[in-house]
Amino acid sequence: MADLGPLWLTLKLAAAATLILLVIGAPLAWWLANTRSALKPVVEAITALPIVLPPTVIGFYLLILMSPNSALGGFWVSVTGTTLTFSFTGLLIASIFYSAPFMVQPLQSAFEAIGRGPLEAAATLRASPLDAFFTVAVPLAARGFLTASVLTFTHTIGEFGVVLMVGGNIPGETKVISIAIYEHVETLRYAEAHQLSAGLLIFSFAVLFIVYALNRRFPINVT
Amino acid sequence: MSPSRLELSAQLAFSDFTVNIDEVVSLSGITALFGASGSGKSTLLRILAGLERRAKGRVVFNDMVWADSGSGTFVPAHRRPVGLVFQDGRLFPHLTVDGNLNYALSRSPKDQRPIGFEQVVEALDLSTLLERKPAGLSGGERQRVALGRTVLTQPGLLLLDEPLSALDVRRKGELLPFIEKVPDVFGIPAIFVSHAVDEVARLADQAIILVDGQVALRGELPDIFQQLDMHGFTGNFEAGAVVEAKVTGHNTQYQLTNLDLGGRALQMPMVSSLKSGDQVRLRIRARDVSLALKKPSGVSIRNCLPAVVEEVRSEPDTAFAEVLVRVGEQGLRARITRQSGDELKLAPGLEVYALVKSVSFDRRVLISARA
Repeated sequence: MADLGPLWLTLKLAAAATLILLVIGAPLAWWLANTRSALKPVVEAITALPIVLPPTVIGFYLLILMSPNSALGGFWVSVTGTTLTFSFTGLLIASIFYSAPFMVQPLQSAFEAIGRGPLEAAATLRASPLDAFFTVAVPLAARGFLTASVLTFTHTIGEFGVVLMVGGNIPGETKVISIAIYEHVETLRYAEAHQLSAGLLIFSFAVLFIVYALNRRFPINVT
Repeated sequence: MSPSRLELSAQLAFSDFTVNIDEVVSLSGITALFGASGSGKSTLLRILAGLERRAKGRVVFNDMVWADSGSGTFVPAHRRPVGLVFQDGRLFPHLTVDGNLNYALSRSPKDQRPIGFEQVVEALDLSTLLERKPAGLSGGERQRVALGRTVLTQPGLLLLDEPLSALDVRRKGELLPFIEKVPDVFGIPAIFVSHAVDEVARLADQAIILVDGQVALRGELPDIFQQLDMHGFTGNFEAGAVVEAKVTGHNTQYQLTNLDLGGRALQMPMVSSLKSGDQVRLRIRARDVSLALKKPSGVSIRNCLPAVVEEVRSEPDTAFAEVLVRVGEQGLRARITRQSGDELKLAPGLEVYALVKSVSFDRRVLISARA
């Protein structure tokens, strides 16, 4: 039987990255959907970078950014006494950068699809912008939130290159499932590699299937 | 209800037209904001509601300054005690009717809620709709809910942006009585945007006519209909006059209601809800009025009123002319061919007979006789 540690670590990482990205990504997507600022294309381009860049490039720069010799990495060491690189926290920060487009882009599309209409209506009903965001925009973008969360979660699970660059291979800390599979294959332990790969395949399929099935059975009426 | 005072000066440029208004209006009952599509009516409502931040100028309602671009004051939409009913209703699709109504009520000031949930549900006949989602409602039902939802915000001013325009004639007829009674029942003045003459004639107490983003004409009904050069605003088909008449009785044998128009007798198909002595508003379209020099005999038209020509307005490149005539204190408009006008030698001061083919009653009793 393969060690299940990497599986739990992976799920923990994916769940944490998804939750944090929901909190950061939703306001960012909201801003992108509504702003007329000249900064919008700049921010959009930065958010989309992880889609086009090889993970090694992102991983390389994050590694430099988080190394104890850099400002951020040095600050982290002085505050916590541990390094960001080759730690779960560092891996989480890297995952947030790497998976950001999968959260922000579907949410931005969902918010843009709602349009100004319902929010103007909410404003005339005396709802403040924050109130209207939570009581009108978020429920109307429910499908976008579901899609964005599932994409972010599954994308974080499947991440390999960035983890290898930033996190390395420390059991219980940074040894996620994709790294574990890679290691099993490298050491010719195909049986364990099979177990983890098949497990990941079935899990990913099951999650996606449930989401799409729910989406079909309970369509969210936005008319 | 004492009239509210609205001071509105606004400048807002769009690519194809500019809104430029500077008016002080006393509001009570229903004020119609009337004009063709693209004349800036909806934009004005949006400026009043606080949805057009780019607008320059001042908006002051009953001494509350809502916007003043000079001093940089701008009260955002959600802090203005004003309600806007959108053309398309804009109900929240994720909430039931009940949820939509409560969304508004729960956000109104807790210590100022003279208008109750039950009262609105009853006045707008919403009790059977409460559990339903907006997607399952008809157009008329949606607008009723939207109206109720807006009223529940406890507004000091109600803005209605063509709430009838998306509805067919039957639904329109169902919704009109509800809109009509809102200002009276809830004591809120309303500004009603419309490009339909029949709606304005039926609902409004005063009208503001907008042309290309500017106020072209303003006044009380029915006078404004007589001042109005209706052409260009409404097209020839609907052009006409609004007059006030008094009910004198019914002819039950022939199912007719007798009226007094400027001292002359007039008949229309019987409206049994009217009582003798009621003051009513009638709309008589120009194309339903013919003119004769002598009192004709042997014609089927019952309504033949002695009148005096006031003005003849020929339309050079068409076959037609408009004739304004006086019947007592009231004015009528007749649409005839220019050839007839010349043959009859119509000129101001000439005494004629106005033959009225059809009268439409706007169902609004202005002054009800005591029973």
